[in-house]
Amino acid sequence: MTKPILVLKDIVTLVNKGTSSETRILKDLNLTINDGDFITIVGANGAGKSTLFNVIGGNLPIDAGKLLLHETDITNESEEERTKFLSRVFQDPKLGTAPRMTVAENLLLALNRGAKRRLKPRQLKQHMNEFTKLAATMNNGLENRMDTATGDLSGGQRQALSFLMATLKRPDVILLDEHTAALDPRTSQELLHATNQRINEDNLTALMITHHLEDALKYGNRLVVLDDGQIKADFKGPDKQKLTMEQLYQYFEV
Amino acid sequence: MNLIVSAIGQGLLWAILGLGLFLTFRILDFPDMTVEGTFPLGAAVAVTAIVHGMSPLMATLLAFVAGMIAGLITGLLYTKGKIPILLAGILTMTAAYSINLRIMGKSNTSLLGQKTLLKAKFLASLPTYFDSVLLGMIVIAVITIILIFFLQTDLGQAFIATGDNEKMAKSLGIHTDNMKNMGLMVSNGMVGVCGALIAQSNGYADINMGIGTIVIALASIIIGEVAFGELTLNQRLVAVTLGSIIYRLILLAVLQLGFSANDLNVLSSIVLALCMMLPQFKKALHLDHVLSKGVKVDD
Repeated sequence: MTKPILVLKDIVTLVNKGTSSETRILKDLNLTINDGDFITIVGANGAGKSTLFNVIGGNLPIDAGKLLLHETDITNESEEERTKFLSRVFQDPKLGTAPRMTVAENLLLALNRGAKRRLKPRQLKQHMNEFTKLAATMNNGLENRMDTATGDLSGGQRQALSFLMATLKRPDVILLDEHTAALDPRTSQELLHATNQRINEDNLTALMITHHLEDALKYGNRLVVLDDGQIKADFKGPDKQKLTMEQLYQYFEV
Repeated sequence: MNLIVSAIGQGLLWAILGLGLFLTFRILDFPDMTVEGTFPLGAAVAVTAIVHGMSPLMATLLAFVAGMIAGLITGLLYTKGKIPILLAGILTMTAAYSINLRIMGKSNTSLLGQKTLLKAKFLASLPTYFDSVLLGMIVIAVITIILIFFLQTDLGQAFIATGDNEKMAKSLGIHTDNMKNMGLMVSNGMVGVCGALIAQSNGYADINMGIGTIVIALASIIIGEVAFGELTLNQRLVAVTLGSIIYRLILLAVLQLGFSANDLNVLSSIVLALCMMLPQFKKALHLDHVLSKGVKVDD
């Protein structure tokens, strides 16, 4: 039996707290994430997908419930503290990288994710070989632009870099928030393919939000349907493999 | 000749202010008004300390500490109190005015007959005005080297990333609030040192000597950028100092035209405004160029 990495217990989040328009976004949501899970998350707009990621990431305080990492309570840990075990890739290519810093400098920042930053020389040159090799695995020419400011990269290259940065220092859990949605279809498929490959090779635990049901079926070993702040369906392993587009589509019919 | 040497000396001393503001204005990417208060604060602290018998070097270091405290106050108002940075700076700047009066006990304190850094033996033997040139060069060299080293450390890189993309910095575990506070402290510490040195160079501290300092600091930064164009970060630090010297030379030229020292603030603002509008002028001029070309092809 695989061990749970991250457990979400009876999570409740509210908006407009204490006013007449108080609304619950996540409604006693329970989710157990096991080692090696690659979960694709689907759900209509407003189902709470982004809220779920913000709760895990610590950007959004929860109003009830508990988060357990390896059985330790991390409910009150700040966003910065959680980066020790967690990494994220955002939807917007602008959010994932520092535009005025070079590709290599960005990777170096990511290498120190969650670590204390000290007054010691950054040792960029010593890591250059390793970084260039890593960039080459993305097959999009990123390795030739190591000294380019990331603001001058294409959206696809930026997102590929964001993804590399998220996996550079092995995270316990990686959150992919529609990280290919802003890209053209071909670039998007290429990055998804690279994402899948790296997650499988390194046996990473990942959660990926997507609006493309095809991608949700094609990638990952577990699929979660989120609806109205709760987990409506959770297909694991063989169940997910047997799942068809038609069956999945039913969850989106009103 | 003397005037030019004097302008270069002033440019070097005032460059410390530009470098200090560079940390917040260009790297952290926000305008910090605190400097208008920390500049006279540094002057008041140093002059008062010297008058009370402290060595000029210690007094200048004390001005650094005083500036850091002011920077920390702005930082805490901004990061913990969630007051917008512009207002947080203005609050500290306004409060500093009263503090400066308390420190000096009056609105103007003279250093007449007192020791200053500029009267140190190795400087005093130099020809007139060369003392501030040498002192300025030493201080600027030390500060620039420390900054270049700092920005290439893991901490320095986290500091740069905070200003470049705060959300990303946070998602990599960088404590961005601490970075902002650190930046504001170091920046205002440097501005305090600049105030202390200018007071020693002028021979007095005045309660109103902070007025217009932010414009002077911005002028050094922006003239440096306009004059030297695309540069690496390290080169940009040097460009600030050169910008500060160019700014002094421009002022000298303008004063030679017959303006008085009382016109300095309006002249400073005009110089800065012109430099900041330069890209727009260039665009307009370039457009003319393209149009005229189009006409020629038609011929």
